[in-house]
Amino acid sequence: MNYDLQYKQYGNQALLIEWPEKINEAILNDILSFKNKIESEQAIKIEDLIIGYNSLTIIYNNSVLNFQEEIARLKATYIKLDLRLDKKTKTWLIPVCYDEEFGIDLKQISHDKNRPIEEIIDVHSKTIYTIYFIGFLPGFLYLGVLNRKIHSNRKNTPSLTVSKGSVGIGGSQTGIYPSESAGGWNIIGKTPISFFDVSKQEPCFAKSGDKIHFFSITKKEYYFLEESIKNGLYELKCIEND
Amino acid sequence: MIRVISPGFLTSIQDLGRKGFANIGVPISGAMDHYSMKLANNILHNNENEAVLEITFGHCKFVFEKETYICISGADFSAEINKMPIVLNTVIKIFKDDVLSFGRHKFGVRSYISVLGGFQTDVVLNSKSFYQGVTNFSIVKKGDLLPFNAPQDSLEPTYTAVKQNANHFNSKIIDCYKGPEYNLLSHFQKKRLEETIFTIAKANNRMAYQLNETIENNLKSMLTSAVLSGTVQLTPSGQLIVLMRDCQVTGGYPRVLQLENNAINMLSQKTTNDTVKFNVIDLN
Repeated sequence: MNYDLQYKQYGNQALLIEWPEKINEAILNDILSFKNKIESEQAIKIEDLIIGYNSLTIIYNNSVLNFQEEIARLKATYIKLDLRLDKKTKTWLIPVCYDEEFGIDLKQISHDKNRPIEEIIDVHSKTIYTIYFIGFLPGFLYLGVLNRKIHSNRKNTPSLTVSKGSVGIGGSQTGIYPSESAGGWNIIGKTPISFFDVSKQEPCFAKSGDKIHFFSITKKEYYFLEESIKNGLYELKCIEND
Repeated sequence: MIRVISPGFLTSIQDLGRKGFANIGVPISGAMDHYSMKLANNILHNNENEAVLEITFGHCKFVFEKETYICISGADFSAEINKMPIVLNTVIKIFKDDVLSFGRHKFGVRSYISVLGGFQTDVVLNSKSFYQGVTNFSIVKKGDLLPFNAPQDSLEPTYTAVKQNANHFNSKIIDCYKGPEYNLLSHFQKKRLEETIFTIAKANNRMAYQLNETIENNLKSMLTSAVLSGTVQLTPSGQLIVLMRDCQVTGGYPRVLQLENNAINMLSQKTTNDTVKFNVIDLN
């Protein structure tokens, strides 16, 4: 409600709304509030809504006949928007094993940054990350904000296979590979938690606006959890935020 | 069931896609050429969204293990039943043990086989469209059995084929709208974009088509935002990438054009070394 938004036609069936070009939580919360409001008011004619760092894209079921009218309607909705986020968010506690067997690039980062491995792990797991949105791969979370101390450039030659659950650093970003894929990020650890599972009612438990808190586990604990998850005996832990 | 004797280069099951899961990063997928896919379903009086087989570049062979009705639309690869030529865009009665094969290429890239009532493969997140990591299978392989239901009633044969629009396969003109970042382009860049005859690069698949000719690019990178199928991205190296049905839901390159819906269908019937020209429709 306090941002100057840009409305842009995106083809004849989508509309892009843009916030100032910044990555911050106030913008994220504003996007989420607007999205919730649009969803509750106009659900019937909307096929999907896609969140970006500073954008919300509305995809309509059919071609939009009059974009100017649609933009006017959205502007009116935005003015009336209630600032507080009406949906509760969660902080997910994600176990990560930072053992060098999984964190194959820890040594290299430690060398490049001239910091001991323990410090890199400590910095990475002490930060609470905000989930901005999900994209790139099913269940891939765009997280903010990685401590500047451990920013590390993507590899010059991407690895052909990065295994599912790998936790990595790519430039100023950190994230988890939700499935096996090629990738150029520096791998610092691995989680046994699945971020995308189509056999579940909700294939991805995490949502835009939720938070992620990594905690360090030993290799022994990793294998124990992996087995428990396989047998359906592990319940993911989370904290409800007010 | 259909038993796959030879799957050809790339064959998959597709419907109109997996809509509404962008919030968890799931691509829409679906038939590359909606026009031909819907035609194949409509001729059998199927629901438009019934799952069909999408065949890229012919070269495949199937055996039907029970009777049904089928229709083939899209690219023409001289389809034959038991070595007898069949006509595209008609209702074809199939008997048990009939062999369907594709031969010499006439036009187009992707053919669609619809079967009465649609293929009965697994539904994942409201769609049967194959996509790696979402469905159990990402391609149809040799020996696969593709299930369909026995016909409940008989269909009248069609004596004349439904005429498909030849322009759909022949035209080089790709209609599009200005993309969200179009206005960041210089006058010169816009002119290059609209006047160049672009050649489709070898890197073209269900995810994206790259184009060979480049446009000098000095646009700064942008924060990751939504992309759609039909979005034309301009990369830092000046290469243009047209996103297709299996594209990701977000991207970070400037979106200079957005293809009109049927232009995506037309492009998907083109391949390496084919040429296209963008026709920008001004809405204002």
